Amino acid sequence: MEDRKILGYRRENGNVGVRNHVIILPVDDISNAACEAVANNIKGTMALPHAYGRLQFGEDLELHFRTMIGTGSNANVAAVIVIGIEAGWTKKIVDGIAKTGKPVSGFSIEGNGDITTIAAASRKAKEYVQWASELQRTECDLHELYISVKCGESDTTTGLSSCPTVGNVIDKHCAMGGTASFGETSELTGAEHIVAAKAADEKVRKEFFAMFEDYTKLVFDQKTNDLSESQPTKGNIAGGLTTIEEKALGNVEKLGKKTKFIGCLPPAVAPTKPGLWFMDTSSAAAEAVTLWAASGAVIHLFPTGQGNVIGNPIEPVIKLSGNPKTIATMAEHIDVDVSKVLQGEMTIDEAGDALLEMVVRTANGRLTAAESLGHREFSMTKLYRSA
Amino acid sequence: MIHFLVHDTIDDVGVAVVDIEAGTDCTGRDLSTNKSIQAKSLEAIPLGHKIALKDFKVGDDVTKYACVIGRITANVAAGHHVHTQNLKTKRWA
Repeated sequence: MEDRKILGYRRENGNVGVRNHVIILPVDDISNAACEAVANNIKGTMALPHAYGRLQFGEDLELHFRTMIGTGSNANVAAVIVIGIEAGWTKKIVDGIAKTGKPVSGFSIEGNGDITTIAAASRKAKEYVQWASELQRTECDLHELYISVKCGESDTTTGLSSCPTVGNVIDKHCAMGGTASFGETSELTGAEHIVAAKAADEKVRKEFFAMFEDYTKLVFDQKTNDLSESQPTKGNIAGGLTTIEEKALGNVEKLGKKTKFIGCLPPAVAPTKPGLWFMDTSSAAAEAVTLWAASGAVIHLFPTGQGNVIGNPIEPVIKLSGNPKTIATMAEHIDVDVSKVLQGEMTIDEAGDALLEMVVRTANGRLTAAESLGHREFSMTKLYRSA
Repeated sequence: MIHFLVHDTIDDVGVAVVDIEAGTDCTGRDLSTNKSIQAKSLEAIPLGHKIALKDFKVGDDVTKYACVIGRITANVAAGHHVHTQNLKTKRWA
């Protein structure tokens, strides 16, 4: 497969993005109001409110900072305003994002109040958005895009059509020298042997099993029943999936036929070289895509059976479905229809080419269904209770 | 028209790719060989749901994608609907 050209935004550090957002990023939950006020004042900017950032500690706090800094550092983001209640953690996030070389400024509320903070941050945001509006898309290679993959509201049609379609794109993208990532750690239960067989070497295989067993232990330690309505979900069951094993076996069709994965990433950590990577994530769509966006992924491929509607504020989510009922009833959410696969009227390879074409169009600027419908789910992963 | 698909030759359930009514003579396709398979539905099988391709007894494994996807909890005759009423996980139970 020949590499394709796309028109993207090459950032100061060389990474290629497909969107040009100026974001207003709250360090913590109590700074959401100021961020939303700035985004309301300055058109063309976007606030990313979220629920956490106070009294977190240990590994959970590290993940919070990694997610904040990673989100600001994503190549789909041109410039960042950071607002926090106090100056210390605000500066830590500003300094982390500044390593990319992109414009970033921090503002803190204590000693100033919301209104003074909003005024100062709005002036800087106006400067950033006008600067960003003059940045031009330039010709880049398709393989320079870092793509993440995860399915949601799966059913048996995802395992038959939309997941193997994504797998076909993974094979083609990684063969061109592209970077990609899959995850959903506990949802691999029943297919972990298939994933392990795709590890590039013994070290990667061991790292995968360590992360898998850790997450499985968490599920077992916390569960109060047999999870029969959580995993598979009610939607999965309505679509014909009966057990976690069956769901996992459909899920791993997304990994492709030929590609081996070359490493395992903790949540919200960026890949260090091209190839396919496993990331330790939840299987909840918004949480997982937020982690991938924070690891630098610029386009997400999302197979759905019963019709998950998720989007992300900075990473366009391309949805594909092979379920003809979902295509008929939820058409506004679906970017690529692969339902012809079920009747043998379209091969997986043809479906993969159709999806790759949509990746190119999305990279060039086409809004995804989720973007045009305003889906901006920004969901931080929290590992345990705050102090 | 294809009524159901089978991922692998050793699978003992098929996936309905249309809504199947009870008593239908169904045509299926084995995706690993592209060969045609016949089965008769003994109850309605909604699109995406599984049809038994053999008789199962309580405790039998069910195979799909050439892998075990769970254990039978109530006897099932070929042509019946296999789902939560007669199939459970072996992993998180």
